[in-house]
Amino acid sequence: MNLRAIAAIYRFEMGRTFRTLGQSVLSPVLTTSLYFVVFGTAIGSRIDEIDGVSYGAFIVPGLIMLTVLQQAVSNASFGIYFPKFIGTIYELLSAPVSFLEVTAGYVLAAATKALAIGLIILGTSFLFVEITIQHPVWMAAFLVLTCLTFALFGFIIGIWAQNFEQLQLVPLLVITPLVFLGGAFYSITMLPDAWQAISLFNPVVYLISGFRWAFFGLADVPVGWSLVAISGFLLVCLAVIAWIFRTGWRLRP
Amino acid sequence: MPQPMSRPILSVDGLSKVYEGGFTALDAVSLEIREGEILALLGPNGAGKTTLIGSVCGLIQPSGGRVLVDGHDTLTDYRAARRLIGLVPQEINLEPFEKVISTVRFSRGLFGKRRNEALIERILRQLSLWDKRDSPIRALSGGMKRRVLIAKALAHEPRILFLDEPSAGVDVELRRDMWEVVRNLKRDGVTIILTTHYLEEAEAMADRIGVINKGQILLVEDKDALMKRLGKKELVIELREPVPAVPEALRHYGLRPTGNGHRLVYTYDTHGERTGITRLLADIQAAGLHLCDVETRESTLEEIFVDLVAEERAAP
Repeated sequence: MNLRAIAAIYRFEMGRTFRTLGQSVLSPVLTTSLYFVVFGTAIGSRIDEIDGVSYGAFIVPGLIMLTVLQQAVSNASFGIYFPKFIGTIYELLSAPVSFLEVTAGYVLAAATKALAIGLIILGTSFLFVEITIQHPVWMAAFLVLTCLTFALFGFIIGIWAQNFEQLQLVPLLVITPLVFLGGAFYSITMLPDAWQAISLFNPVVYLISGFRWAFFGLADVPVGWSLVAISGFLLVCLAVIAWIFRTGWRLRP
Repeated sequence: MPQPMSRPILSVDGLSKVYEGGFTALDAVSLEIREGEILALLGPNGAGKTTLIGSVCGLIQPSGGRVLVDGHDTLTDYRAARRLIGLVPQEINLEPFEKVISTVRFSRGLFGKRRNEALIERILRQLSLWDKRDSPIRALSGGMKRRVLIAKALAHEPRILFLDEPSAGVDVELRRDMWEVVRNLKRDGVTIILTTHYLEEAEAMADRIGVINKGQILLVEDKDALMKRLGKKELVIELREPVPAVPEALRHYGLRPTGNGHRLVYTYDTHGERTGITRLLADIQAAGLHLCDVETRESTLEEIFVDLVAEERAAP
């Protein structure tokens, strides 16, 4: 195992974050604060509690998930797409590194950034609402697992993308709608029966439900299902990446 | 000087690359590179030079054949093989916002090497980059960027260095500096394979010359021997009075009149049993022509290369 290569990629990617600190950290914090002001304070004050949890607090797990998913996907996809775009990928391909090491370097860096931003948003939410986390270990586990899984997914998108438009396509047109429709701002039990059934096909429902359970002990779907769903997606992403590096798809002509 | 006794450090055996769509970029290329030599790979655009380098270095998946780097197979034992290779690509592929020293450190780490600031300082100083170590790459000139690519390729102390068109877009002065860097690397025992369009570059630096065209190696030969074997000499005879045409008595020499009849050019084989020069000079005198000056000149590598590729094109 070329651990130094993993560390080199990780440091390099984290260096990019520190060079663009305003864009990397301030922007998601500001966006989330706006969500709190609009949904939590302005609209939330007119909504009753949901299962004994104030609406402002209820949306915190969903807001964290929304940003974490977007950040994990966009950081990892940009991380591997940019070397392809500017041609520095030659160095990765000619170095004595395996697919596992390259993936680990980029995915760990993207997951770290997403995790840090998730925690910053959690910290920011304490400024707006009162929250008690019932299962902090599970909360951390869900957060880390989500960061890693979606960073892997983003890595695949970065390899697949052949231009900047494609790079933005999945985060904007797939992730954001799935999170909004995945119960970020409501419980799916509030939906009519038919829409509840349809929502169960949305994988993000399981993430948000599990994450919200860790906060308040409330879940739309059993927490075990949430774990199975996210672990299953993680395995699918790993299998796809293993195939990409074995075949050289979109990397080695 | 060539090192005929040194062992091969790189063996390419029947390497081929056929792209989707059927284009054959490499056609069963076989080649051996000796440890410590400089091999210049010449060929026209699209000949397969960069594909060959890419296939050896892991950038391209070959369709067939085998490459051994110091005995390590580049596919089955890729880690050991790649550790020995440094690659300077043709394009200036660098992250523009990164600092010079950070990108060189990154390259060393990527190859699994422990941090070595003293070595990185030595490399940067050698390439006149030390003063620019904290500059972002986007602030450097084209020539400096090319040096950064070389620094990155040397950061993990490779034993083989591939230089793909190292002088492309570099001014004459910088090109000479680059040659000096390459010579120093050779002195340190690094084996160098360079592709170039500048035949002057190959002529100035290489121990051996390889010529590739249409994905096939046409020849690999010691540079001096190649120039001796394929090189022709010319005898340029300057006449006091111009001649409107080559006199009948001199026709069989194949003389080529130039300079409005003031000069006659005689091409001869340096390895022939007789050059025919003595007889020609006597015949010129007998024809009533008066010599003003005589000079000889040798074909350049460029002329040899052009002839070789032209022969290949003419072949059925």
